[in-house]
Amino acid sequence: MRASLFITCYNDTLFPDTGRAVVALLERLGVELDFHPRQTCCGQMHANTGFRAEAFSQAKRFVRLYQDAETVVIPSSSCVAMIRDQYTGLFDELGNEQLRREFKALLPRVYELSEFLVDKLAAVDVGAYFPHRVTYHASCHGLRALHLGDRPFRLLAKVRGMELVPLPNLERCCGFGGTFSVKNGDVSSAMLAVKLEDVMSTGAEFCTALDNSCLMHLGGAMHRQFAGMKTIHMAQILASTEMAPAEVLG
Amino acid sequence: MSHAQQPILDPALAPPFPQAALPMLRDTQLRKNVAHATDVIQAKRARLIAEKSDWQQLRSAAALIRDEALENLGGYLEQFETRCKARGGVVHWAADAAEARVIVLGILQEENASEVIKIKTMTSAEIQLNPHLQAAGVKVFETDLAEIILQLGELEPSHIVVPALHVNRSQVREIFARTMGLDNLSDDPQALTAAARNYLRRKFLEVPTAISGANFLIAETGAVAVVESEGNGRMCLTLPRTLITLAGIEKVLPRYGDLEVMLQVLARSATGERMNPYTSLWTGVTPGDGPQRFHVVLLDNGRSAIRTRERERQTLRCIRCGACMNACPVYRQTGGHACGSVYPGPIGAILTPQLTGMKHAQTLPFASSLCGVCYEVCPVKINIPEILIDLRAQVTDQERGKAARFFDPMYLGMRVANLLFSRAWLFHAAQWKARIGLKIFTSKDGWIHSLPSIGAKWTQTRDLRGLPKQTFHAWWKQRKQASR
Repeated sequence: MRASLFITCYNDTLFPDTGRAVVALLERLGVELDFHPRQTCCGQMHANTGFRAEAFSQAKRFVRLYQDAETVVIPSSSCVAMIRDQYTGLFDELGNEQLRREFKALLPRVYELSEFLVDKLAAVDVGAYFPHRVTYHASCHGLRALHLGDRPFRLLAKVRGMELVPLPNLERCCGFGGTFSVKNGDVSSAMLAVKLEDVMSTGAEFCTALDNSCLMHLGGAMHRQFAGMKTIHMAQILASTEMAPAEVLG
Repeated sequence: MSHAQQPILDPALAPPFPQAALPMLRDTQLRKNVAHATDVIQAKRARLIAEKSDWQQLRSAAALIRDEALENLGGYLEQFETRCKARGGVVHWAADAAEARVIVLGILQEENASEVIKIKTMTSAEIQLNPHLQAAGVKVFETDLAEIILQLGELEPSHIVVPALHVNRSQVREIFARTMGLDNLSDDPQALTAAARNYLRRKFLEVPTAISGANFLIAETGAVAVVESEGNGRMCLTLPRTLITLAGIEKVLPRYGDLEVMLQVLARSATGERMNPYTSLWTGVTPGDGPQRFHVVLLDNGRSAIRTRERERQTLRCIRCGACMNACPVYRQTGGHACGSVYPGPIGAILTPQLTGMKHAQTLPFASSLCGVCYEVCPVKINIPEILIDLRAQVTDQERGKAARFFDPMYLGMRVANLLFSRAWLFHAAQWKARIGLKIFTSKDGWIHSLPSIGAKWTQTRDLRGLPKQTFHAWWKQRKQASR
């Protein structure tokens, strides 16, 4: 199986540890990974902030770069949601027939990481070992845009040594919302405070998710508050083994 | 109430959302009241949705019915007008709020009415009817329990179904005791309702003119439908001599039979009930029974313009159930007052700017984390996040040409980011530069605790991990070279 990794702009810049974990995990499962050196961003930030022409130009770029890829794997549900929910509208409005055709052909080959593992590889037990107490935050895009359903839970259930603690009010947003977190910084902070109460109530050592954006938000507050909990992308848990435990940053 | 200043619910005058939200965020009592009320309604709703195995089909059917009505809106409205007139009703058409106010006041003056009783109607709040009537010397008495609380307490509504949900019962007790002269009133719900009932009975018996809204207009028969929980609405609809119904033009349904679907989704979504306690349906005038003079005012006020826009048209499917605000995590923190409109929450964030023709309320489409829960609960499947994003683009297109926006950090940042994302080498150079640039903000522990400009809105409550030494793509390149 060959797959092309779209790491996303913010994972590339801020969370290379997640990227390295995806590589370790997928190669362990026998996937031949490829990385397009010219990749940048899916266009979500521009689209959701109202910069449609700019979003279109990123979207077009994505399609052109990946149109020949066998499969595209993306360790970020919100970027996959951008591609699935917004590209069609952008291309209808600003694109041409050829671009729409290329995108239509590419779309079924674009997978979020947990979709790729469960649906494409049929690998629920990925051989992970992570001896910690963990709670899972279902990001809004994973939950309501991609309908990931029980995929993340099935994957986490097979991690040896790990205790999964259910998160109360699982469906509630953490308040990140991209530029919302600075445009409406006060409301976003209030939402974060409420979410953090639920997350901390689990008594877990780690809060995990399939989106580093939510985790950057939650983790930023945890660090500010000396909260005694850390965030970790699910790829890092799934990549972790007895021989190669997850690198956990401070 | 705990915030001294009254919120402004006029989109033309209201402050931007982030600014209007601040006093609400600081009002711990208000936030507690809103969270409690929305939690209760949501839990009831969730239970009743779970028992309907065909809920998704019902939503689809409701959306289709509403789309059918909107598709041929003019035809259905004319049909409604013809049928309503044939049964003795008088139908008026109002292009905007000012026209509607003139029509309603004109009818009241013809009736020599110095007083009028009202059922809860959001449309009348939209056109600011009460202050207009009061200025013209007509005393207005609200009869919905929540509206009474607001009117007597001189408060503003914060929700379209439960407009006083930000007020708790000890606050209600205080308002009733003060305005009704009941010093010994307890905050027991029964005592409070009894006080309201006493106050209302007199109005029902004395005032011969009423104003209502409408949940639905039935094109097929010319009937009007109003659903409510208290029965006070039914008193207003049956006791007076003259009834004026104010309805947005989008409220029309093609057929009487459509109520079968609409009433199922409305009650479950709005109050978490299988059926709402009171459903009133009437057609024109029935001699010897109920109001003998009946007027319907059909209000456009920006709705026709929304209808012409392909993507936004679905906004008009809305049946005002309020499920989106109950579920919204932003509304949960701020309540409705921060929205600067009588239509708060997610639906308000898309409806208000469109009703005012994108002149006002431009911060509302941005007041959402796009979490999508509003779309998930909407009984008529309005894709609110999609419309929010569309309206954001409209605002941005409108603003970005302005000279003042050129150096605005957000606009500047977005233009620069676009340039960087268009060339990988530029992006990689910027990553490197950002790491160097952020070094002076990065503490020894590797985290950033304080940033300038728009970054300060992040670091006000969160830290940010300093940029790592090696980006992922650099690591990949290194690894590939090493393996050669």
